[in-house]
Amino acid sequence: MSIFDTIHAQADVAPQQLNTTVWADTIVVAQVEAGSPASEGEPSSEGTTIVLEGASGEEILATSEHEETTTGTSSHDVKDTGVFPPFDTTTFGPQLFWLALTFGALYLLMSKVALPRIGEVLEVRRDRIEGDLAEAERLRRKTDQAIASYEAELAEARAKSQGIAEETRTALKADLDAKRAGVEAELAKKVAVAESRIQKTKADALSNVGEIAADTAVTLVSRLTGKVTIKAARDAVASIEKG
Amino acid sequence: MAGTDPISQFKIYDLFSFGTIGGDADGNGGFELVFTNSSLLMLITVSVISFYLILSTRGRGLVPSRLQLVSEMSYEFIANMVRSTAGNEGMKFFPFVFSLFSFILISNMIGLFPYILTISSHIIITVALALLVMTIVIVYGVMKNGFGFLKMFVPSGIPLPVLFIVVPIEVLSFLSRPLSLSLRLFGNMLAGAIVVKVFSGFMVMLIPLGALGILGAILPLGMTIALTGLEFLVGALQAFVFTILTCVYLNDAINPGH
Repeated sequence: MSIFDTIHAQADVAPQQLNTTVWADTIVVAQVEAGSPASEGEPSSEGTTIVLEGASGEEILATSEHEETTTGTSSHDVKDTGVFPPFDTTTFGPQLFWLALTFGALYLLMSKVALPRIGEVLEVRRDRIEGDLAEAERLRRKTDQAIASYEAELAEARAKSQGIAEETRTALKADLDAKRAGVEAELAKKVAVAESRIQKTKADALSNVGEIAADTAVTLVSRLTGKVTIKAARDAVASIEKG
Repeated sequence: MAGTDPISQFKIYDLFSFGTIGGDADGNGGFELVFTNSSLLMLITVSVISFYLILSTRGRGLVPSRLQLVSEMSYEFIANMVRSTAGNEGMKFFPFVFSLFSFILISNMIGLFPYILTISSHIIITVALALLVMTIVIVYGVMKNGFGFLKMFVPSGIPLPVLFIVVPIEVLSFLSRPLSLSLRLFGNMLAGAIVVKVFSGFMVMLIPLGALGILGAILPLGMTIALTGLEFLVGALQAFVFTILTCVYLNDAINPGH
């Protein structure tokens, strides 16, 4: 690990300069990372390849072996400076830069595109609902009005019909009364005529009673006794009638 | 991956580099613009959010589809949160608060996948977000209220002698806000990721012990599953907490007087 310690120590100082740093009699290729060798290794994906002097076929072979052994132990490109990652100040710059960029972009997209659009959709819907409610209210009022006028007309018609009925009834009654009065007057006249006739007939009848009685008396007396004059019978009846 | 080490999951490694900006000829001292796993995850997070929201609302359906409904519900959830804590004026910051919430939430959810880094388990991210929030609070507060912004530290209706005690406390509490905001998110996500990794590491360690080991590994398996569920909750909850505190702080900037 001493070689790697050296490389790491160098890496801590200036990673970019490693390309030009030359070590004699060392391993040829190494993956360099700016971090401590004690860290838990992650598999390497990318690194700075350093070709050092004194390369030969054997050494390259040795190197590839070494690379295999180092893979998974210490070689990765995580910026592992040995501090707790959230407190690693070397990452602050890029994080701030990208935060400003992405959050700025998000803010612009939200304030210019997304939110006005959603707000518009919501407003259109609210307006629409309010409009519909107002329309419904208007129609309801109209219906109420129609119902009210219908009822008013109905009441008026009813009143009118009652008036007509009353009028008719009164007219009929007057007519009836007049007719009845006429008929009654006529009847009374007829009754009077009849009565007078009866009276006359009665008087006539009564005036004939003496005659009949005289005749009857003549007949009776003549049957019983003999002859009686009609004149004596009449006088006798008259005296009885008077008496 | 390195077996059972619970720390290695937080490592940030370069995927590729865009080259170095600045620095001398040897590449010293410059800012090396590298694309790391963290950058990739941020990119994925932002892409997931944007594509989802934009594609799901593409139809602009009057009757929403299920996907569109999720977008609308998240919109209304955040909108109601902002409106109820920071008032209607706070709606100015609605896109910012929504971006913040969705970014933290989705990155936490993505971080639940095994081997995937949780972006917010890196303190620099949470600190940056918290400082962004506090910067907005201070800049907006001063812009809107001028010196009136300092009223924030002077609660009304308190007798003068007590103010000498209260004002330093208020100042201190204001200064500790970015600290608590960032450390809360960072600590929760870091601890959660470590605990899950530790229990799943037990499984890896037990299985080589043979039949008994495999039998024994069931216990940490159950724990891992349960903790993953818990982490799901914690990830969502921390996104919510971060966001609602942002709203509360924004409310202080809008209405500095208590």
